[in-house]
Amino acid sequence: MGWQDIVREEPGKQVLLNGNEAMARGALEAGVHFVSAYPGSPSSEVTGVLAQVSKNFNFYVEWSVNEIVALEGAAGASFAGLRALCTMKADGLNVAYDFLTSMNLGGCRGGLVLVVADDPFGHSSLKEYDSRFLAAAAWVPVLEPSTVQEARDMVKWAFALSEQIKGPVIVRSVTRISHSRGIVTLKAMKQMAQEADFKPTQQFHTFARFHQEVRERLKQVEELFAVSPFNFSFGPEKADLTVFTCGTGWLYTKEALFSLQLEDQIKIVRPGTPFPLPKQFILGHLSGTKKVVFIEETRPFLEEKVLALYALHSENLSQIKFYGKATGHVAGLRGPECGEMNTDIVREVLARLTGRPYHASAAPLTKEEKKSLQALLPPRDYVLCPGCPHRASFWVVKSALALEGNNGMVIGDIGCYSMGAMETGFNLFNTLHCMGASAGIANGLSKLQSYGFKQPVVAMVGDSTFYHAVIPALINGRWNKANYLCIVLDNGVTAMTGHQPHPGSGKNAVGEEAEVISIEEVAKSLGFMVKVSDPFRYTEAIHDVLKLIRMPGLKILILRQPCALVANREQKRRKVVVRQELCRGDACGCMRFCTRVWGCPANVWDKKHEVAAIDPAICVGCGVCIELCPAGAIVWEGND
Amino acid sequence: MQKETLLKEPVNLIITGVGGQGNILVSEIVAQTGCRQEWNVVVGESYGLSQRGGAVSSHVRLFQHQEYGPIIPIGEADVILGFEPLEAARQVVDYGHKNTCLIINSHPVYPIGVLRGKNKYPSLDLLFKKLREMVAEVLIIPATKLASQLGETVVQNVVMVGALAGSGCLPFRADTFIEVIKKVVPPKVRTLNEKAFYLGLEEAQKIKSLKSL
Ligand code: SF4
Ligand code: SF4
Repeated sequence: MGWQDIVREEPGKQVLLNGNEAMARGALEAGVHFVSAYPGSPSSEVTGVLAQVSKNFNFYVEWSVNEIVALEGAAGASFAGLRALCTMKADGLNVAYDFLTSMNLGGCRGGLVLVVADDPFGHSSLKEYDSRFLAAAAWVPVLEPSTVQEARDMVKWAFALSEQIKGPVIVRSVTRISHSRGIVTLKAMKQMAQEADFKPTQQFHTFARFHQEVRERLKQVEELFAVSPFNFSFGPEKADLTVFTCGTGWLYTKEALFSLQLEDQIKIVRPGTPFPLPKQFILGHLSGTKKVVFIEETRPFLEEKVLALYALHSENLSQIKFYGKATGHVAGLRGPECGEMNTDIVREVLARLTGRPYHASAAPLTKEEKKSLQALLPPRDYVLCPGCPHRASFWVVKSALALEGNNGMVIGDIGCYSMGAMETGFNLFNTLHCMGASAGIANGLSKLQSYGFKQPVVAMVGDSTFYHAVIPALINGRWNKANYLCIVLDNGVTAMTGHQPHPGSGKNAVGEEAEVISIEEVAKSLGFMVKVSDPFRYTEAIHDVLKLIRMPGLKILILRQPCALVANREQKRRKVVVRQELCRGDACGCMRFCTRVWGCPANVWDKKHEVAAIDPAICVGCGVCIELCPAGAIVWEGND
Repeated sequence: MQKETLLKEPVNLIITGVGGQGNILVSEIVAQTGCRQEWNVVVGESYGLSQRGGAVSSHVRLFQHQEYGPIIPIGEADVILGFEPLEAARQVVDYGHKNTCLIINSHPVYPIGVLRGKNKYPSLDLLFKKLREMVAEVLIIPATKLASQLGETVVQNVVMVGALAGSGCLPFRADTFIEVIKKVVPPKVRTLNEKAFYLGLEEAQKIKSLKSL
C-alpha cells in the first residue's frame, strides 16, 4: 500500500511508510529524474517502489546489471544537469566504489544521491558492514537518518546539497530504518520537467590534482552542516553525562532515558551528518560534560571521529571519560566493536553508568520459566521453498560428485542458492563469499594441478549473479585455460531480493518487454561448451554434470527451471500424494529418504501412521520427489 | 473519528510466524488500523533471507506521546500474535512478561531439523500448558483449519487478525480493521478476507465467553 501513498499529492497528509518508501518519497519530493539500482536487502524497495510509480510521473528507472553500472548511469544523468538517485546495499557500495572514488574527484552537476543501506546483524546479508568508513575514505559526505520521516527529509535535502557542492552525497540507511514503518507527513512534490543538457565545453574528469578541490568541497560541506537542523541536541543544556548518537540510536536512547527517568539529567547529542563531522557543533557539546557515551550502528565511526577531535582540542576542554564500542564499554548484538544496537543495550549501559537500575512495568518471567520453555523449542533453519529448483540442482551436483568419487569441490555464490552452504542445500558449498567470487575462486583452484590438486571443481552461480559479476571471471578462465564446470542456476529472476527482473527475464524494471540476453548465447559467443538441462529431470542432469566434469577445460551447464514462487503464481498446481501402503516408513530401506534427506518442507511425516505424507497446503507439485522415492510411493493424484 | 486513549504507552505487539505466512501483510493491517484510530505507530520488521522458511517477526508499537524506536525491548511485548506455535513460544522466551496475551494458531509448521528427524517438535498440549502457566492469557485459534474451511489456507493470517480483534487484547475496533482490510487486499479476494476475519473474530470471542463462564 505504501506505493499508493508515496504518490499522493496531498501535502500535510500523514501516511504510514517504511523507510525505503519514505526515501523514495523524498526523491519524488525532490523531483528526481533518473533512478538506477541493483537490488539488495535491505535497500531494494526504494527503487522497487519508484519503478512501480514511475508511470504516474515522467522519470526514468532501471534495474541495472550491477551497482557500478547503476552509479555510472546515474552520474551520466547528473552530468547532464538532472537529479539522479542510485540505491544499493552495503555490499553494493564496494562494487560501485571504484567509480565513486573517481567521480567524486571530478564532481558532478545535477543532484546525485546514493542511498546505501547497511545491514547491522546481517539479517539478510553475509556480513555486517559500516558504509560510513568507505564514504569517509572516498571523501563523500554522509547523512544518517534516525527515523522514517527523517529518511525522507534527508534524501530530499541531499539532492539540493549535492547540487550546491557539485559532488555526490550518501544517505546511510540501516535495516531498522529501511524495514521499519513510521508516520510521514507528506510535503509537496517538485515538478519534473527539465531538459538534459551536457554542453560540449563541459568536462568531468578524474585527476590526482583534484584532491585539493575535494578537500575544499568538504570544508564547504562542513560549513553547511554547522547550521544544519539535522544536528541537534535534546535534554538539559548542561549535563555531566552526554550521549552522542547517530541514526537509530537516537530513538533507542530516548526510550532508554525515558524508562530510566533520566531525561532531565542526561543530554543527547544527535549529529545527523556524521561525515564530515560538524566540528563546532560537537565541540560545543563536549565542553562542560564529564562523561560521553557513544551509541551508533555498526562500528564506532562517530566515536573515532569525536575522539580524534577531542585529542586535538583537549587543552581547551575539561577531562572527559569516553564510553563506546571502541573503548570496549558498549557492545552490539555481535559483540564489542560491531553489531546491531537496541534499547536494551543502551538502557543497560546507562543504568550501569548512572547506577540507576531499570524496573520494567510488567512483571518479568523468571529465568527458570524461560529456560524450561526454551528447552522445548527446536531451532528453525532457513529452507529453500517447497519445489525450489535449487534443491533439485544441489541434489544433482551432490549425486554426480558422489558418483565421480574424487572429493569434488563446490564453489558457491550469492542468492537464494547461498543456502547451498546450509542444511537445506545439503551443506554442499565449500566456499561462499560475494557476488561472482565462485568463478574466480574456481579459476584459481583449477590451476593447482601441478601442486597436486586434482579434485573436480564445480562453481555454482545464479542467473542474476552471472550477469552481475561472473562474465569477466569466465573470460579470465577461458583465456588462462582453467578447468572446471560452471553451473548457472537459471530461475528467470533475481529471486532472493524480491523477484526483480534481470537481463534474461525479458522485462525491465517498469514491466516493459525487453530484449532477452540469453545466458547460453553469451557463453557460446565466448567460445564455451554450453549445455542446458532441467534440474527436475535429475537423472539426465546428473549424467550431464558427470559428462561435463570429465571433459577438459572450462564448461558451462545451465540448469533451468523457474523460481518456485513465480511458477506457483503463474501455473496451476498438480496434486501430489503418497500411497501410504507403498511407503513402509522406517522399515523401508530408504531411511525415510523424502523427509530425512531430500527435505522439501512439503514432504512431511505422518506420525500417526508412521509413513510419509505430502502437506497439500504448501506442495507446489514440482513432482521431483515422485521420481526420487525409491519405493514409488509418491505419485500424482489420480495415479494412485 | 473519536480518539481513544491507550491504557498503556507504548502498547507493544509482536506478530510472528514462518516466512511465507503473510506476516508483513498483517503488520501492515494492524499498523494501518492503529493509524486510523489516530495513534502513532512504528513497526520494525525482519525480512529478506528470513522469508525463506525462517522465523519472521514484526514489532508493532502504538503510542501517543513520546516517540519510540522500532524494536520492542526484551520482556516488554503486551500481545504476541503467533501464526505458528513454536515461533509464538520462541517470542515468549525473549519478549513475554507475566501479563502478555498470547494468540496462537495451533497449526505447526515443522522446521527442517524436525522433518529430518534431528530435533523434536514439542507436544502441543505440553507447550500450551507451559505457556498458560507463564502468561496471563493464551488463546489457541485453529486458524489454518478455519481458513481451509474457506478453501484457502493462505488466509489463516487474516483469520488471526480477526482473532486479535476478538480477543479484546488491544483497543482496536472490528470495523476499523475491516475498513483497512478492504483497502489493502486486492478486490477479488476482499470477500474471502472479510470472511476469514470474522471467522477468527468469532472464534476468539467464543473462547473468551467459554472462559468467563
Ligand atoms: S512434489 Fe514433492 S518435492 Fe515437489 S513441492 Fe511437492 S512435496 Fe516438494
Ligand atoms: S524464492 Fe525461488 S529461488 Fe528462492 S528459495 Fe524460493 S523457490 Fe528457490
